[in-house]
Amino acid sequence: MDLQLFGQQLINGISLGALYGLIAVGYTMVYGIIRLINFAHGDIVMMSCYFAFFGYALFNLPWWVAFLGATVLTTLLGILIDIGAYRPVRNAPRISALITAIGVSFLLENFALVVWGGRPKAFFRPDMFAEVVSVGQIHILLLGVWTPAVTIALLFALLYIIHRTKVGLAMRSVSRDMETTRLMGVNVNRIISLTFALGSAMAAAGGMMWAMKYPQVNPFLGVIPGLKAFVAAVLGGIGNVVGAVLGGFLLGVAEILLVAVAPALAGYRDAIAFVILIAILLFRPTGIMGQSLPD
Amino acid sequence: MEGGRLRNQLLTLASVGILFALLYLASRYLSDYQVRILNNGAIFITLAVSYNLINGITGQFSLEPNAFVAIGAYTSALLTLSPAEKEISFIIEPIIWPLSVIQVSFVWSLVAAGIVTAFLGFLMGFPVFRVRGDYLAIVTLGFGEVVRSVANNLQRVTNGPLGLKALHNYTNLWWAWGFAVIAIFFIVRLVASSYGLAMKAVREDEVAAEAMGINAFRTKLLAFTTSAFFEGVAGGLLAHLITTISPTLFTFFLTFNLLIIIVAGGLGSTTGSVIAALLFAFGGEWLRVVEEPMSIGSLQIPGIPGMRMVVFSIALILLMIFARHGIMGRREFSWDWLLERSPVSRVFRGGGK
Repeated sequence: MDLQLFGQQLINGISLGALYGLIAVGYTMVYGIIRLINFAHGDIVMMSCYFAFFGYALFNLPWWVAFLGATVLTTLLGILIDIGAYRPVRNAPRISALITAIGVSFLLENFALVVWGGRPKAFFRPDMFAEVVSVGQIHILLLGVWTPAVTIALLFALLYIIHRTKVGLAMRSVSRDMETTRLMGVNVNRIISLTFALGSAMAAAGGMMWAMKYPQVNPFLGVIPGLKAFVAAVLGGIGNVVGAVLGGFLLGVAEILLVAVAPALAGYRDAIAFVILIAILLFRPTGIMGQSLPD
Repeated sequence: MEGGRLRNQLLTLASVGILFALLYLASRYLSDYQVRILNNGAIFITLAVSYNLINGITGQFSLEPNAFVAIGAYTSALLTLSPAEKEISFIIEPIIWPLSVIQVSFVWSLVAAGIVTAFLGFLMGFPVFRVRGDYLAIVTLGFGEVVRSVANNLQRVTNGPLGLKALHNYTNLWWAWGFAVIAIFFIVRLVASSYGLAMKAVREDEVAAEAMGINAFRTKLLAFTTSAFFEGVAGGLLAHLITTISPTLFTFFLTFNLLIIIVAGGLGSTTGSVIAALLFAFGGEWLRVVEEPMSIGSLQIPGIPGMRMVVFSIALILLMIFARHGIMGRREFSWDWLLERSPVSRVFRGGGK
């Protein structure tokens, strides 16, 4: 495989990986703070796509207004899910919370199916993102350049919030020891809701860029990316935000390069992520940047 | 009146006899649709009690059933189809050699399905049980996706997305319910044995169980493999009930349904799983009413397809919030419990005690 093809696929992989990274951040933040795998996270991504779609197609908003509106709505949805479904089971055994998460996931999927129908809807792609630039023989959508850039920018913003603000301090504290933080006078419920909000906002950004990249929006679009993003989060070390983005990039590049090197395996594209997951859990369960696995 | 093992065993035997008598009547007098629902119910019972073994009794939150049911269904289907039928089905690429000439009877295909699935479950157990809790769930979910991916892509073995059609409708009331009875019997006896105690110990506190000398890994592997066996055979039965299988049939959706069943019945209770499976199979049909147009008084509510799943999802969430222990909690049915409450025992006890 020549260098130019490799370069092209590498860029594709980075662009895909950035999307996984954005979604993975939501998983890792929620897991870090309440030790729950939010199965519904992939479906939050899906809802953000639908919100943006309807903002643009139904209300004829300019695309950037639709995006902002979708982000706000998705954030509210994340908070709603936390308050409505996860908070009542916070003190229940872990399996109950996991089952509730699965229930929320199915609820979102079937809600979208019933209300908006199963037929895929064509997402819009603003001209700014649709242009193709060429560097030598390598062609890339401008979207493919914007995606990693936005991801890195959002990552820095998130790191700033987590490490340089008081609420970030509270979030880190709650993830370390919830009871003691409560004793220190922190409103733990509010911090957890804020975590969900931030994670959902990142998911919304990832979702809308995903929909621009693969412009077919259907109720089940969040399932596979959600699972792969979770693998990315584990790969990078669950609980670690930088790890999540890093894991996302690695997973995206691995997936694209593997299919480029062995086209016969293209059908197994989705399975590759799980093979990677199993390998990680066998050989380095804490992930790349990991803290130790809580039990 | 004191309980007695012999009495309990005779009562169990008698009830099985009554069950088969009822099945005979059903096979003669009920419509095809109703018989089909009964078959479905039996298969769900088998799936529920075996899924409950790994999830409820051994306490390992696994999401594996759709993988094992798929493996069992494909194995059994590939073995009962005749070579001629296979040639007709495999239009894109011919089926690989040994499978193209093998054809066995239904019962052997079920045995093979069970053994193959159990073997693969055994192999899977090694990587799977290196992790715990949430990760176990994701890994088993991942395996389900891998199995579905393989079924979709291995054109020469599984016929890819086209799936296998025109399977013979071998599954009838006797096979389905007969196997359900066998499964329940086996699992109840397993749970009552020392192996079952080990599983419950691992569920309650794995570290303490290890300290007591129980090999937790082996215990989990035993539960997993047993579950795999029964789920595989149930898959074979399912394939020959629906007579068409394809990779889209074995998605996480199936696991989700089973999860609702065992949680609603009570995680850890075989009786609960049976009750919930029946409720699900019959109730699922009954709930189709929410998808039909309804009229309340003068209000016309149009039928909404897909509402059933929304109702199920909400039901699951509410179940976890308000009724976490399900119908039976961890209790099981026993003849002693029933007889203590029946008027019969009062007769035998005489007036006063």
